[in-house]
Amino acid sequence: MKLKTALLGAAACLMVAPAAFAERGSDGEVRILYSQAVSTMNAYLSSGTKDVEVGSLVLEPLAGFNEKGEVIPRLVTEIPSLENGGLTEDMTSITWKIKPGLKWSDGTDFTAHDAVFTAQYCMDPAGGCAQLARYEGIDKVEALDDLTVKITFHEPKPNPFMAFVGSQSPILQAAQFAGCLGANASSCTDQNFKPIGTGPFRVTEFRTNDTVMLEANPYYRDPAKPAFATALVKGGGDATAAARAVMETGEFDYAWNTQISPELQAELASAGKGQFVNAFGTLVERIEMNMTDPSPSLPEGERSTPKHPHPILSDMRVRKALSMAIDRQILVDIGYGEAGRPTCNLVPAPEMYASDNTDCLVQDMEGAKALLEEAGWTDTDGDGIRDKDGEKLSLLYQTSVNAIRQDFQAIIKQWWNEIGVEVELKTVDPSVFFGGDAGSPDTFQKFYADVEMYANNFDGTDPEPYLAQYTCDKAPTPESQWQGENINRFCDPEYDALIKELSATGDMEARAALAKRLNDMLTKDSYVIVPIVDRGRLSAHSNTLGGVILNTWDSELWNASDWYRIK
Amino acid sequence: MTETTTAIRPPRNQWWDVWDQFKTHKGALVGLTIFLTILLGITIGPFLWDLAPTYVDLRARNQGFSLAHPLGTDQLGRDLLARMMAGGKVSLSVGLTAMALAVSLGTTIGVLAGYFKRLEGPLMRLTDLFLALPLLPLLLLMVTLFREPLSQRFGPEGGIFLLIVTAIGATSWMQTARIVRGEVLALKEREFVLAARSIGTPARRMVLRHILPNVMSPIMVSATLGIATAIITESALSFLGLGFPPDFPTWGRLLFDAVDQIQLYPMRVVLPGIAISLTVLSVNYIGDGLRDALDPRIRGR
Repeated sequence: MKLKTALLGAAACLMVAPAAFAERGSDGEVRILYSQAVSTMNAYLSSGTKDVEVGSLVLEPLAGFNEKGEVIPRLVTEIPSLENGGLTEDMTSITWKIKPGLKWSDGTDFTAHDAVFTAQYCMDPAGGCAQLARYEGIDKVEALDDLTVKITFHEPKPNPFMAFVGSQSPILQAAQFAGCLGANASSCTDQNFKPIGTGPFRVTEFRTNDTVMLEANPYYRDPAKPAFATALVKGGGDATAAARAVMETGEFDYAWNTQISPELQAELASAGKGQFVNAFGTLVERIEMNMTDPSPSLPEGERSTPKHPHPILSDMRVRKALSMAIDRQILVDIGYGEAGRPTCNLVPAPEMYASDNTDCLVQDMEGAKALLEEAGWTDTDGDGIRDKDGEKLSLLYQTSVNAIRQDFQAIIKQWWNEIGVEVELKTVDPSVFFGGDAGSPDTFQKFYADVEMYANNFDGTDPEPYLAQYTCDKAPTPESQWQGENINRFCDPEYDALIKELSATGDMEARAALAKRLNDMLTKDSYVIVPIVDRGRLSAHSNTLGGVILNTWDSELWNASDWYRIK
Repeated sequence: MTETTTAIRPPRNQWWDVWDQFKTHKGALVGLTIFLTILLGITIGPFLWDLAPTYVDLRARNQGFSLAHPLGTDQLGRDLLARMMAGGKVSLSVGLTAMALAVSLGTTIGVLAGYFKRLEGPLMRLTDLFLALPLLPLLLLMVTLFREPLSQRFGPEGGIFLLIVTAIGATSWMQTARIVRGEVLALKEREFVLAARSIGTPARRMVLRHILPNVMSPIMVSATLGIATAIITESALSFLGLGFPPDFPTWGRLLFDAVDQIQLYPMRVVLPGIAISLTVLSVNYIGDGLRDALDPRIRGR
């Protein structure tokens, strides 16, 4: 008897002990700096990353992504799978089981009806929901009981983890947002600025485009978290100022997206007040080759259309030679430092989808020259520029105005000059270049140049929609008002067939193998797309802030409930 | 006899008088010297220092002052001295040409509006119209419409040069026009103009002989200010990607490119900054001296 009580006492002590180390609100205030100011807490009304991420401190989805891109449960007991019955063989539905006993930050119960309401809120045609893409293909969302949500799709969906997954589709409280459906969505200022959520914090004061003050949510599901009693999110400034505020002056604990030059990174890191953290997602800086002729001598409406193949770049040997002349490591060192790494892949992540394609990483000038000779481009008149049939090997290389891109242009131009290619550079204001205006000749879709450089990525962890951009029918043409994602006008029936196969494949491993194959067809098998740098996320946090794990698949503040003060 | 020979000086070109007066203005002399030095450095310099301004040398990045690179190198190892000289050539030619265009346009319109009553209404409304035009969208439009045809006609550099000079000239003549018109209106009522008219001087000669020389000083002042504005406008345009291609250094572009590294490599901002300031200042002083020298009332005092 005595032994039993003693053991019980010891067990009780052990259970109390961890709670004594980490207690809710014991670590004071955490100060977060976003170089773009927050304008709303409601992710459904803004596509801005800053709004979605700061909103994620308060509003949570049913499931999120971890730093490896895997789906992890947040408000549910487990991730639906075929084994646990959450997914069905025919891929047309998904069933989520909500954790029992969850409470909103006002103390009321969290139920499946809130999720049903959220879907209704975003899918309302009059609402203009910014995250509608995540609810695409949904037939109906229903609450089977208070703790079970079932989503049914119109047709088989190989990747059902879209709605209610990730910080872009959090759950709203039905009671609070009941009057905000459809056209009323944006006029519900109070609701959008101070939403009731299930996250670790709740808003106490919201100053639009300036500061958000938050306090620990007293009803948060883990009684020991968050460690911070209050949080302050300040907006404004630029990446350099944000990095300084954390790394040099120590005014803030965390700075979001501190993309600064490698030299400055090194200087700030030596100040010793904080550190940079990086993580790599899917953002790839690449050179796109134009497969069609952009020559201004062609009549308007036929330039850069599949009617006229490119006179120089249609030959794969030229494209390969251009890629071989680039030393990607040097470009990373000059432009990105910690925030980049060389890559040959269009889909560099998640790991299961990344091809083992590394051939392009070594610069080979002699090989490039030999390849051009082989393709018939020789310097017959001795002016240093190769020519063939009286035509010079001359390319127009365009990109948007951006200090790093202009540096890259200068270096790559020199490498290409060395292998006998004449290069004319052009820069376009980013708002015009990416603006998509069908009337402007300078958009990246119109591609009135031979090669162009920019970065692109895909949302979430599934590369299918991204790879599907390169089918023949997606090439921008005058008929489509120059809209379309197949910027290169790449067209290969085999590729189109593989994309069809991918959309009908449910097995993850088979999908990964197909995605790798498609990636290789665009990169190392054809050099239509020449990836250069895999651009990561670079943020900074103070040395006294613990628990930070940078995540490129979800909100950067995804685990703010685990953050603590190192004393 | 001897008395008369000393009293009557031998006939002398009036520009010598202007030069004599100009010489007495110390600031103007210093300005002229600096300006000529810059001009010489830009025109002759590249023959003495034959490193290419766009040559990227990745082994010599971010270097300080040395014998191999007297002004150091930038983040890509490009020689800054060569870039400064190449940049100055573009910046100065844009500045001077655009200023000449703006001033001649502004003076013509100002004089016509001030002298001929019938033209005043339409011309000044035109000036107001141009003043009210938002500059940047207008430039954007001009670049979008004319960049390609001009590039094909005159090559990528020549085409852009023409476009930028015209764009800056066509959008900065209004102040000159207004100032000149005001001066002309006041001069028109003066006795010497009345006297000239009474002996039947035709309008053309009246403007060229009697009005223009007297409005020379405000024109000079706005011309010198115009050079500075033109250099700076060109920088802004290049910065927005509307100006010269990126491998074409200008002082403004050098300055903008270096702003990011102002703390690590301050000299990269300071050098083009000094070059722009020195040019603008010296041109201002030259203008000041010229104004005094050209004004017959001040001359000889």
